[in-house]
Amino acid sequence: MKVTIVGAGPAGLYLGILLAKAEQPHEITVLERNPADATFGWGVVFSEETLGALRDADYASYLDITDTFARWDAIDISYRDTVLRSRGHAFSAIARKQLLAILQRRAAELGVTQRFGTEIDGQAGVMELCADTDLLVGADGVRSVVRETATETFRPTITPQGGTYIWYGTDLVFDAFRFIFAESEHGLFQVHGYPFDEHASTFIVECPETTWREAGLDEMSEADSIAFCEHLFADELGEHRLLSNKSTWMRFPLVRNGSWHARIADTPVVLLGDAAHTAHFTIGSGTKLAMEDAIALAAAFVRHGSDNPAAIQAALVHYERERKPVVERFQQAATDSAEYFSRVHEHTHLAPPQFAVNLLTRSGRISHTNLAQRDADFVRGVDVWFATGSAERAVAPPPAFTPMTLRGLRLANRMVSATPGDAGLVLTPLTAVTPGGRVNPDTPTLRTDTDTARLRAAVTEANAEGSALGVLLGHAGRRGATRPPDRGVDIPLPEAEAWPLLAPSALPFGKGSQPPNAMTSDDLAEVRDAFVAAAGCAVEAGCGLVALDCGYGYLLASFLSPLTNRRTDDYGGAVDNRLRFPLEVVGAVRAALPDDCPLAVRLTVTDWARGGMTADDGVAAARAFREAGVDLVHVVAGQTVAESTPEYRRGYLNTLSDQVRNGARVPTMVGGHLTTVDAVNTVLAAGRADLCVTEFLTEPAALTSGRAA
Amino acid sequence: MEIGVGLPNTTPGTTGALLTEWARRADAGPFGSLAVLDRLVYDSLEPFAALSAVAAVTDRIQLATMIAIGPLRPAALLAKQAEAVHRLADGRFTLGLGIGARHDDYTAAGADHSRRGALLSEQLAHLRGSDYPGEILVGGNSGPAFARMARYADGYAHGGGPPRAFASAATKAQAAWRDLGRPGTPRLWAQGYFALGDDDTVQAGRDYLRDYYAFTGPFAETIASANLTTGRAIKDFVRGYAAEGCEMLVLLPTVSDVGQIDRLAEVIG
Repeated sequence: MKVTIVGAGPAGLYLGILLAKAEQPHEITVLERNPADATFGWGVVFSEETLGALRDADYASYLDITDTFARWDAIDISYRDTVLRSRGHAFSAIARKQLLAILQRRAAELGVTQRFGTEIDGQAGVMELCADTDLLVGADGVRSVVRETATETFRPTITPQGGTYIWYGTDLVFDAFRFIFAESEHGLFQVHGYPFDEHASTFIVECPETTWREAGLDEMSEADSIAFCEHLFADELGEHRLLSNKSTWMRFPLVRNGSWHARIADTPVVLLGDAAHTAHFTIGSGTKLAMEDAIALAAAFVRHGSDNPAAIQAALVHYERERKPVVERFQQAATDSAEYFSRVHEHTHLAPPQFAVNLLTRSGRISHTNLAQRDADFVRGVDVWFATGSAERAVAPPPAFTPMTLRGLRLANRMVSATPGDAGLVLTPLTAVTPGGRVNPDTPTLRTDTDTARLRAAVTEANAEGSALGVLLGHAGRRGATRPPDRGVDIPLPEAEAWPLLAPSALPFGKGSQPPNAMTSDDLAEVRDAFVAAAGCAVEAGCGLVALDCGYGYLLASFLSPLTNRRTDDYGGAVDNRLRFPLEVVGAVRAALPDDCPLAVRLTVTDWARGGMTADDGVAAARAFREAGVDLVHVVAGQTVAESTPEYRRGYLNTLSDQVRNGARVPTMVGGHLTTVDAVNTVLAAGRADLCVTEFLTEPAALTSGRAA
Repeated sequence: MEIGVGLPNTTPGTTGALLTEWARRADAGPFGSLAVLDRLVYDSLEPFAALSAVAAVTDRIQLATMIAIGPLRPAALLAKQAEAVHRLADGRFTLGLGIGARHDDYTAAGADHSRRGALLSEQLAHLRGSDYPGEILVGGNSGPAFARMARYADGYAHGGGPPRAFASAATKAQAAWRDLGRPGTPRLWAQGYFALGDDDTVQAGRDYLRDYYAFTGPFAETIASANLTTGRAIKDFVRGYAAEGCEMLVLLPTVSDVGQIDRLAEVIG
């Protein structure tokens, strides 16, 4: 097979090497626009796992690469005049220039033709190459010319992601991966630094785009920019200098392609490395993914052969099928990581141990347990800090089993569920403050002596198991008078069984839903008084905590969202007006509660719908509730309107809770499919929430099999 | 986990005689369900009509649409068709619904493609509001699809892929189920394609998938290459899905040859 590879980066050269080693040798040409010794970038990072793959794929180049490696085991986090070290993260790095030299040498040794300084003449040039080869490989990077020649098949998207950053080197040799956070008068800057040989380190500086502009960096010369950064990080750099290599400030381009292979003029064409996909630099996986692409593609030719067009086609399909899911997982983690660094300035109030865990677990790939496996002492320290707020003890239970105090309420642990026993807090399902506020005919109410007695029995039962009981008081609003949820939710009751609904505006929830009545001022007063009366019953029943529902498109939440509140009086319009009624209810209930009884609010912080509340609106609302005396915000999202766009996965509310807790500075409770104790420990230790609603799906197999025996 | 088998209602050349013979053998075999696909602008048998014929010649097996493209039919008509199959099959019917993937199906049906998600929600609300008695599944891979599933359906119908892809979708389905406050857990159904036999049969299966999915561009090759063509591949696939909590795995034929069902029965029996 005649193979033409455009781009002599790590992906292109490594593919050339692996194909040249094949049993049936191919005729391989690598074309590169730059000269052979051009240097762009500083060091590139590999994990142990990647090294194993390189060792198996080509031992000779693996030996050369590992001979010049810088290796480290620790991540240092320099933050607020302290440096925290977490060990057990085995990584290596190599100068990009050195890596390319090794690969060029190895490719030449194997008979790969390499033509440097060869510019492809745009799309016409690509067509020309296609006419004279059996396979064209686009390994030509983020701005791939090959990809641009068949955009209708590749369907590429390029989206800027994360903050603004610049890729410097330094003659300061770190002994670990080093995150440095430095506060400037314009905002927070961070550095991602790591050594790549015995003389130098990579030193990437990043900040939010607004900070970058306010600091005037958008108008600075190369030299001024270096001077600015050297000054900002003077404490770390000492007498060392920052080195530029035509470095410029930029935003990271996230590259995705609908398809990774296509046909141009009937010649098969395939994309490799950055041309096919990128993953934000903050997880340091670009070169790793590129070289793994080359390994997978070469292996696909071993499997399917390459001596006829059908075999080549089958290999390309196989390559994409194998690599795409892997790459997409890295892109998801990289996106989470990029978003973390965009908002890291909101975390500067966190104590160093919590700040460090939040940083280390940012991409969702590393949990509390993973950290403990890598560095048991580090996590022991985190757990002690979490349990005691100090370093005075040597050992403590993990965060999930740490007690918590809210006003006069002491919770045995940080878990929340609907059944007593395991959880520190048992929270009731929505309990309606009036019969008209029920979701369905089975919704409990809290109004009469009988209701209070029933709740008192639940309190007694929970307390006997060591759990506190909190009652969630609410009003269904326009989502009321529906059938029980056995076969679906928001299915209206038959007319004869339904009751009239109340809402801020007379907008039905869905097609076929009962139109609610827009509330009059008498209705507002009546509902507010009903909340106060129900809270009184809750106290009488001995509840440890009262929660008010302002979530999921029920009554109070529907005042908050512009999608459901179209009022033109003092309770609609601007955000302060939309907050008015929920705040009146919160204020009245707070005034009626004894001082030692904590008050929580379940709050939909984003509607996940166009024109609705955004996370920033949610943080502002949470701040307003905190100022009105709310002790805990239960973070939820969506369900304001029938058609919204949630993104479900494990821990899908963690980031929102993080934003509310650290943006509004209020304790939070979060659920969002937390299915393991490890997930709970991670959320808590990272300061993303203070309490977790657990969803353990099945009875543990160890218990069920024990029973069978 | 139970194994279901597809009816050849979208593979070329299926006659009434083949369809009913296929159904009889499935009913007598080790299969838990018998399912159909739905495509308007393609040489195929309309799914509810096909299942009506099959209902008459089977006694035991669960019938299913996997899935039917709901919005191609007005809500009341869809409910009527589903109720008919449900009654003809004496309750042995699972209605799987989705929005499909093809624009031209909507154009041909005169349905509004831009409102397809909302239309499906309205249809589901209609089915539930009119007390449709049968089991309902909803498919799709987007956040709104999972929310729709959890709001209105009894479970989730996965559209295909390796076990890992199913596992990820099942997690989302469970998360959505809890988010919407549904009691218990969602039913989990999934599907995969197969062709068992000599090289010509395998080739015919691949050609069919390339043709059926031609509208997806190069992705058609990916689907065709995932066709299960050996007993071992099917067993691995089945094991993978069972391990990820699938309750019903429907294996869909890619050639209209009644021998396929016997070969499949042999592999999984």
